[in-house]
Amino acid sequence: MIARSFNALGAPLVRLFQYLGEVVLLAADTFRSIFTHKLRWKLFLNQIVEIGLLSQVVVVTTGAFTGAVFSAQTFFQFNKIGMGSATGAVVSVSICRELGPVLTALMVAGRVGAAMSAEIGTMKVTEQIDALRALAVYPTDYLVVPRALAMMVSMPLLVAECIAVGIAAGYFIAIFLLEINGTYYMANMVRWTRNRDIIMGLSKAFCFGILIVFISCQKGLSAREGAVGVGRATTEAVVNASLAVLICNFFLTMLLNIIYPAGYQ
Amino acid sequence: MIETSPQMSATSSQGRDNGSMLVVRGLTKRIGAQEILRGVDLNVAHGETLAIIGRSGGGKSVLLKHLVGLMQPDAGEIWIEGQNITDLNERQLGTIRQKIGILFQGAALFDSMTVAENIAFPLREAGEREPKVLREKVREMLDVVELEGQEEKMPVSLSGGMKKRVGLARSIIRRPKCVLYDEPTSGLDPVVSDSINRLIRRLQERFGMTSIVVTHDMKSAFDVADHIAYLHEGRIYFYGTPVQLQQTSDPILQDFLLGRSAEERGNKVES
Repeated sequence: MIARSFNALGAPLVRLFQYLGEVVLLAADTFRSIFTHKLRWKLFLNQIVEIGLLSQVVVVTTGAFTGAVFSAQTFFQFNKIGMGSATGAVVSVSICRELGPVLTALMVAGRVGAAMSAEIGTMKVTEQIDALRALAVYPTDYLVVPRALAMMVSMPLLVAECIAVGIAAGYFIAIFLLEINGTYYMANMVRWTRNRDIIMGLSKAFCFGILIVFISCQKGLSAREGAVGVGRATTEAVVNASLAVLICNFFLTMLLNIIYPAGYQ
Repeated sequence: MIETSPQMSATSSQGRDNGSMLVVRGLTKRIGAQEILRGVDLNVAHGETLAIIGRSGGGKSVLLKHLVGLMQPDAGEIWIEGQNITDLNERQLGTIRQKIGILFQGAALFDSMTVAENIAFPLREAGEREPKVLREKVREMLDVVELEGQEEKMPVSLSGGMKKRVGLARSIIRRPKCVLYDEPTSGLDPVVSDSINRLIRRLQERFGMTSIVVTHDMKSAFDVADHIAYLHEGRIYFYGTPVQLQQTSDPILQDFLLGRSAEERGNKVES
């Protein structure tokens, strides 16, 4: 009975650790390759376009509507106790520290992570990755390095954009729809938002980018069994990357809050 | 193994026969619960064309993938021009793979690239950037595989036979010493199959490349091969010339040559 319970619990645990190990090994291999092998600039720039440029609409829309709704909800609560003009500070700090990086990462995981996993997975099941290897091209150098570097560059920029659009949308809703005094709104926002809030958001963006790219590429590289396998790999890549972002966000918040404490000091 | 050739028995026991292009010794591979290869021994001389035949699912493609290091054996050794490749890691295998081209069963063309980009890919990766040189080399290769003027087509718009020709052009553009063909005629009509067989023969004559052709198409094997190896139950059951194979009276080989199932043989004996 006890042995059966251990077996039932043990097998998924072993699989989980095996999977985490594969992701870590892929990351280690990629960083080794970044520092020791030549970068394929054309592929890197293609990925910048794919990850950075083509994610603009998604990120701007997410940032704008999150900032707008957050500004409205904060005002509804704060206005009851006569603190309506503090809305700007709450919106700004929240978007910089949490909402901007997390929502951007979730959207990028859905859009870019899925595409990466599906593309690499299809290459795997149609023997294109074997063809790369047979042509003396190391798949990590060709497929993962350009994507990883492009993600590391693009994610902080996308999050910065999301934060800026979110704050701007919150401002417009507060001033033109909710009729908060613009001077007080701005003064409170500038007073309570520090550089460290922005640094924290961008640091999280960098970490989330790394999580998304390695989880997605690993799923693609381990795809099996034709179209069904590619579909499964793509779904798992998006789900795992999203969960990893949410879980790591908590730990990053606790860690970064020690380095960059929140609040006016 | 039956019909062992003198060439096989002359090979040194360690497989370090520097005169050979490729030597395989005691290769075993298990995938899951199934033992696919159970001790394969092979010796391929420079410039010869060897056909590896056998029933579907018998491990021919698995064996071929081992020869270029795409799969790692459980035991045994593979020597390419005197170098044991089973000890090499993925990056070290890069040097060996420059000596060997492989034509995959489905051609494995990069579907995001045009025909010209696919063929030029190995040269670009080797550092060639001059557009004029690349264009000329691609044109020359398309001429060799008789696909002139198809440079700008995407793989999705090519027929099965054309894909295999493009795949072949890509694998030989850097003039490897050895080309491996995985089922080069599968899924093709007899006329296209014949043209692929002629192409394999022509490449061998023109560039002196060693060729290893995995197939279950007996016509293809007889058309192209200097020697034929029959892979049966994970081992090389027969090795010899096409003439020796045609003259054999071994029932297992006869069944394969005549396309006869065990059930049909049983019925014939009864009648």
